[in-house]
Amino acid sequence: METTLNYLREGQCARIKTLRMQGAMRRRLLDFGLIEGTRIRCLGCSPAGDPVLYCVRGTVLALRRQDSRCIAVETEP
Amino acid sequence: MSLIALAGNPNVGKSTLFNALTGRNQHTGNWPGKTVELAQGRCQYKGEEIQIVDLPGAYSLVSRSPEEQVAEDFLRSGGADCTVAVCDATCLERSLILVLQVLALSPKTVVCVNLMDEARRAGLQVDTARLERELGVPVVATSANRGEGTQRLLEAVRSVCDGFVPLLPERAPIRGETEEESDAIARRFVLRAEEVASKCVEKNAAGKNLTRRLDRILLNKWSGYLVMLLLLLGVFWLTIEGANYPSQGLQWCFDRLGELLRSGAERLAFPTWLTGALLDGIYATTARVVAVMLPPMAIFFPLFTLLEDFGYLPRVAFLMDHRFRRCGACGKQSLTLCMGLGCNAAGVTGCRIIDSRRERLIAVLTNAFVPCNGRFPALIFLISLSFSGGSALLGAGVLTLCLLLSVAMTLLASGLLSHTALKGEPSSFVLELPPYRKPQVGQVLVRSVRDRTLFVLGRAAAVAAPAGLVIWLLANLHIGGTSLLQGAAAVLEKPGILLGMNGAVLLAFLLGSPANELVLPILMLTLTAGTGLGGESSTQMAGILLENGWTWRESLCTLVFFLFHWPCTTTLLTIRKETGSRKWTLLALLLPTAFGCVLCILLHFALLLIP
Repeated sequence: METTLNYLREGQCARIKTLRMQGAMRRRLLDFGLIEGTRIRCLGCSPAGDPVLYCVRGTVLALRRQDSRCIAVETEP
Repeated sequence: MSLIALAGNPNVGKSTLFNALTGRNQHTGNWPGKTVELAQGRCQYKGEEIQIVDLPGAYSLVSRSPEEQVAEDFLRSGGADCTVAVCDATCLERSLILVLQVLALSPKTVVCVNLMDEARRAGLQVDTARLERELGVPVVATSANRGEGTQRLLEAVRSVCDGFVPLLPERAPIRGETEEESDAIARRFVLRAEEVASKCVEKNAAGKNLTRRLDRILLNKWSGYLVMLLLLLGVFWLTIEGANYPSQGLQWCFDRLGELLRSGAERLAFPTWLTGALLDGIYATTARVVAVMLPPMAIFFPLFTLLEDFGYLPRVAFLMDHRFRRCGACGKQSLTLCMGLGCNAAGVTGCRIIDSRRERLIAVLTNAFVPCNGRFPALIFLISLSFSGGSALLGAGVLTLCLLLSVAMTLLASGLLSHTALKGEPSSFVLELPPYRKPQVGQVLVRSVRDRTLFVLGRAAAVAAPAGLVIWLLANLHIGGTSLLQGAAAVLEKPGILLGMNGAVLLAFLLGSPANELVLPILMLTLTAGTGLGGESSTQMAGILLENGWTWRESLCTLVFFLFHWPCTTTLLTIRKETGSRKWTLLALLLPTAFGCVLCILLHFALLLIP
């Protein structure tokens, strides 16, 4: 099912479809290897609910919801 | 002599490797973006001298943040005879993205796969021979924290420098003319990294994932903040409790030495003014700075370094990001704030890890809101004088409250700035949480205690000694019956009292601008009218204050003013350098000062209501 990254629940996995953003943030995410087809797993959110932790290519990243909203993903069943 | 550059992602152990190679003590830490200036060192290999430059960690050479720019510029300029691209064996795929970019920029490269011991523990096997075939450059496996593989690395570096390794055919672009082109290039790097990593890394056993389990406690909704507070409290408690005895010991030594010097001066029939200037001025001030300031600093700093090496600080940034975002700032500001606890000047330089210019400026301007190491000992002294009695635990509690107040004011000031001078929305933000690592306890303790001691002694010689002389002169040059120092204190008496302190304290803050650790010693010299008694111990200092009618009210206001006043000269110069603007430097000076003045005046009037 296609959705955006911020809707991923803890433990859920998805594959990146597109990065709907430009400029510095887009470059930064590409550096971390977030390209189309990359598998990403949600590890859970911070006590305040934002930012949220994800695991990509063996790295643990924290992303704010305002950013993860702009990342389209395809959830894995 | 050959020049080699170390390049790699943040937190892959570049600084540890640098130290293992050069024996130099580049400060290492377990959080992304530790090396913000270029560190240089030398080492010998088979009689040849090799110069090594440690480039700041970068996620990519298609740079954005100022520190990544430094790395790219250096590699592009072709200044190095050989580049060592450092990888993290536990996370090879991601490291390779940068390595491929380095290879595209500079063909004379050796790839160093570091953290091999950690990878083994995690059940990962890296086939370096295969990696060498895939990349076409020499690959060396190392565990820099144990010094494993460094000789092989140097051998490979030398063979590249001497031209014994066939070079890659040509350079490739690392970015395109347009956004689409750059995207395509970036994608190619990622896919190639994925391909190479899949061929060279084998996961042979289910390794233990301690990091995830620990994070479940340390980042938990309920226990996360509690653990953070307890850690802070623990560090403060150990600092206060532990600083007591060495402080007394140092004091005893300084007293004896002072007596010896005095009798020596008498025997040599020194004129009174010379004995006064040398012993009451220079010696007494230096002795006070060293005896009272050194022990807490030499304990706090290593403890904090242990937390840093363990990998806890990025977690603080993660836990605190929410609050900073609300104030329109960046979560990474928590990291610069933590650096500021060590030294505000270092904290200001550390702000380069923040990508957005607006958020970086906010972090720079508010860094002095957290008390640096030079202020801690004075805070501890005031707290034990008026609030905690002899109880170290209570003292640590009050100190923790002070720090919470600091953080609250930092947030308030950040919020103010992002609504006024630095208007804007919080920008996007990616924070990497590195795996926890076992700190090299012995090494950290020895290294940072020694470094701190040298640092304090160096500062004592460079700042405290001359300041002692100047202040002694001010205390002993008389105009119309009163000394200059007392005259100045009298002029400042009114504003001092308005701030809930007194003229002498305000004067001490003003004269202590070169270094915060000078404030208390200057105050003592003012109150004793320049007839210093040698280096007074904390008890003697307390006695002098109490004789001058000091109460807990003055302590409270002085405490607050210690937390919030103008940054020391070093910090201001650093801010000037980092922002390149007089306007921002002036604001950095005025902002904490304004906060301190307002808080102290409010406090002063509030205290009037209490009988």
